[in-house]
Amino acid sequence: MAQPILELRNLTIVFPTRRGEVRAVDAVNLALYPGQILGLVGESGCGKSTVLLSILGLIARPGRITGEVLLDGRDLTKLSNRELRKLRGKEIAMIFQDPLSTLNPAFPVGEQIRESLRLHNMVPGPWLWPFDSGRRWQEKQRVLQVMEEVGIPAPEARYRAYPHQFSGGMQQRALIAIGLACNPRILLADEPTTALDVTIQAQIIALMKRINQEHGAAIILVTHDLGLAAEFCDHIAVMYAGRIVEIGGVDQVIENPQHPYTQGLLRCIPNLKERRPLQPIPGSVPDLAELPPGCAFAPRCPEFRSVCAEGFFRLQPVIEDGHKKAHRSGEVHMARCLRLTGYRMPEDD
Amino acid sequence: MATTTATEPIPSWRYTWGVRWRLWRQNSLEFWRELRKHPVSVAGGVVVLLYVLAAIFAEQITWHSPELGNLRNRLTPPAFVAGGSWEFPLGTDAQGRDIYTRIVFGARISLMVGALSVGVSMVVGVALGALAGYRRGRIDGLISRFADLLLAFPFLIFAIGMMAFLGPGFVNLILALTFKGWVEFFRLARGDMIAEGTREYVEAARVTGQKDWQIVVSEMLPNILPTIFVLTTLRIGFMIVTEASLSFLGLGIQPPTPAWGSMVADGRNHLLNAWWVSTMPGMAIVVLVLAINLFGEGLRDVLDPRLKIE
Amino acid sequence: MRLVKILERLLAAIPIMVGVAVIVFLFMRLTPGDPVDIMMGQGGMVTAGEIERLRSEFNLDKPLHEQLALFLFGLLRGDMGNSFTKQRPVAQLIAERLPATIELALGAMVFGLLVAFPIGIVSAVRQNSLTDRLSMAGAFLGISMPPFWLGILLILIFSVHLKWLPVQGRIGADVHLTTVTGFYVLDSILTGNREALISSLRHLALPSVTLGAAVAAIVARVLRSSMLECLRSDYVKLARAKGASEFSAVAKHALRNALIPTVTVVGLQVGVLLGGNMIVEAVFGWPGLGRLVVDAIFARDFPLVQGAVMIYAFTFVAANLIVDVLYTYLNPKIEM
Repeated sequence: MAQPILELRNLTIVFPTRRGEVRAVDAVNLALYPGQILGLVGESGCGKSTVLLSILGLIARPGRITGEVLLDGRDLTKLSNRELRKLRGKEIAMIFQDPLSTLNPAFPVGEQIRESLRLHNMVPGPWLWPFDSGRRWQEKQRVLQVMEEVGIPAPEARYRAYPHQFSGGMQQRALIAIGLACNPRILLADEPTTALDVTIQAQIIALMKRINQEHGAAIILVTHDLGLAAEFCDHIAVMYAGRIVEIGGVDQVIENPQHPYTQGLLRCIPNLKERRPLQPIPGSVPDLAELPPGCAFAPRCPEFRSVCAEGFFRLQPVIEDGHKKAHRSGEVHMARCLRLTGYRMPEDD
Repeated sequence: MATTTATEPIPSWRYTWGVRWRLWRQNSLEFWRELRKHPVSVAGGVVVLLYVLAAIFAEQITWHSPELGNLRNRLTPPAFVAGGSWEFPLGTDAQGRDIYTRIVFGARISLMVGALSVGVSMVVGVALGALAGYRRGRIDGLISRFADLLLAFPFLIFAIGMMAFLGPGFVNLILALTFKGWVEFFRLARGDMIAEGTREYVEAARVTGQKDWQIVVSEMLPNILPTIFVLTTLRIGFMIVTEASLSFLGLGIQPPTPAWGSMVADGRNHLLNAWWVSTMPGMAIVVLVLAINLFGEGLRDVLDPRLKIE
Repeated sequence: MRLVKILERLLAAIPIMVGVAVIVFLFMRLTPGDPVDIMMGQGGMVTAGEIERLRSEFNLDKPLHEQLALFLFGLLRGDMGNSFTKQRPVAQLIAERLPATIELALGAMVFGLLVAFPIGIVSAVRQNSLTDRLSMAGAFLGISMPPFWLGILLILIFSVHLKWLPVQGRIGADVHLTTVTGFYVLDSILTGNREALISSLRHLALPSVTLGAAVAAIVARVLRSSMLECLRSDYVKLARAKGASEFSAVAKHALRNALIPTVTVVGLQVGVLLGGNMIVEAVFGWPGLGRLVVDAIFARDFPLVQGAVMIYAFTFVAANLIVDVLYTYLNPKIEM
């Protein structure tokens, strides 16, 4: 079995606030295998983006990380800032969600892509202006190649254009080009399609799929859209209030959802064929500073039992067809719910 | 009939006076609660209040003449310096006049100039701004062009130029300061009026058949008042400094009337042997202006976070 | 595209300048009292014929609109009339004094920006730290401090008490300097006069600090607040995620965008500098335009006052023009 390139072990991120400590991410365990696409799904405010930022070591003070982030077995949380910088953008690149505000409005798009190359010395040479002109030219060729690759038409003409002169879809492509410039092994995509029109969304998703296949880059896709994740990912982790509530292969999670939250999310996806009414999940994501004891989803759960408000449930393997079925990457479908704990309520008998 | 939605404020023409009073009370209580979160600002407000009280009761809290001195007492040091006495707490100037007394009387001038020039500027500026912002069209273009023209002059230069042609004196001073001072208020009021004009309560008021001036005065103005109020506070400090600068150059209040700026100027010839003559009135200005600005900043945080001191 | 924008702004400045001239003209003519009467008032006995001669010399006998036309055309040729008191062309008098004033304004601007930038940036990066709080308290004081008083305090401390720096003038009385441009600092560099350079810089120090303090305070505050906004932005996050150093994220990505609002405010400060110039020149005996104007006001030399006020306004308009042009370079969104 292949070794995961990226592994999160017991990752916990705590932000001290006036109302006490907030666990934005609570004991998350994840593994990303080479070439895999992992979806991290949940409503906004449940810690998905924080997980991504923590992988890059970009949790701003006063936030604290505990646990391990292992890249090829090396714990990134132990690295110095300087060592981390060498990895950011080169080994692990991130694609943010709002392309207009993420691209720097003051610099031409091409230059922003080129900056990634320069930062990681992808083309060696002198750095001092004007002696670096040869190097700049080579870098520009690479930038044009990347722009071409992400589907920006006429890259030569657009090299000097500014972000505001791009359409939303083009901006997102430019953002992907920045991430792709150094051929990273891992792409972290934070809701890359949320700000886009549906048709553009499909194009961007197709582009990312192609990158995954052609470059073999592993992708973690953060999204609130379970439908998108189902279509795009091999593996899905559903997060709620900083915790993973269900994890497994895409088929297992989609076809046999165990956690009521996953089930609820699935019911929120419009189905054009059946035209059944959508069933929204009542309520909203709880305030992380005032989490209920026990299952965080309990207040919104349709299958609420009184024990749910008391106990704390571990991730439990799901028994499918009578045995624990492993996903191809070796992981087992698991969920964090009362119904899997083997604890049986008296009235169930 | 009214198209008011839930997010819009209830149009004020629907209020009875009783409702208005209760709202006002509730608002001012809330305002006070917010302001208390800025203790430095409240301190600034208290200092300003002390200045105002000192100016009002100037005769009661001083024991010398502000304009006449005794040459025998000339250049007496302040009480806390060797050779000084509590007879002259902050020392005397070259003509033997008590500096403390003159500072207290000078507060009258400074506060009056500040209040009057800003007050007139505000009234003129808001009136014109409301007119231009509500009517738009040619009248707006005309006033705006004129305002732009005035903005081409640096403030102090303009005031100095006007004082040069008008000659010194209190009334001329107010005139010189307001002639350009209204522009700031005009621009703020105009911009706010344009923004308010697109809101639904205005349309609602129009539908009920209110006259234009009624809509402007009783519907729209109350909504833009907080920002105007903040600007007013911040401008007073500026006007006081400008008046002091003019008086320092000898173009403002004429001697022997005590004005802080001219007092600082008087002391310049005695920097070597009597530092207090210049520094004491200057200190009075700095403390007052600092207090006003601190109060204004707090007010801004409470009433309107988007205004900035510039 | 950008050129069109710049040209547009240039053209827009022309009516403003004409308007400025008209306003200044009207002030002089519409204030109570005939200038000649005022001038004569101090001269004692004059004959009626002499008054008539003076009136026609200053075109006062013509109708107002004709006077205005003459005035504007004169301006176009650089003719601002003759000074009442000095019997010399106003333009010439102003040209003599302008270098001193500009030197002081530039010195103040340089000082203001040199202080404001480090403070603004560091305060934003270390928001709420002790450095930040102290700097912002200082900036607040700087905003509330009248320049003439600050000048006197500085004289008291650095000249009277410590005896480090001179009180008055532009250069030491015993220093000889051949003037080339009228800018003493520049002249002493051009002529290779080290002694004069040191002397003129020492003389420039206190006035520049006095005048620049307010600029420093305001610019630091604006820079800090716009830096704070930029530092929180997504593009700085992206820069970090790309692997840029913290320095690059702050100094390149955040600062470049924070400059856009800051430049506008710096442009507005030119007005503060010009106005403050008069005050500071009075405090430090700086032989510039401000002194000339104040003296002219007391001598009731109206053509001179009029000409100087106009020059100040033109300079302000020109400075704002430069800022606008700079703005088109800083803000790519203008380019379209």
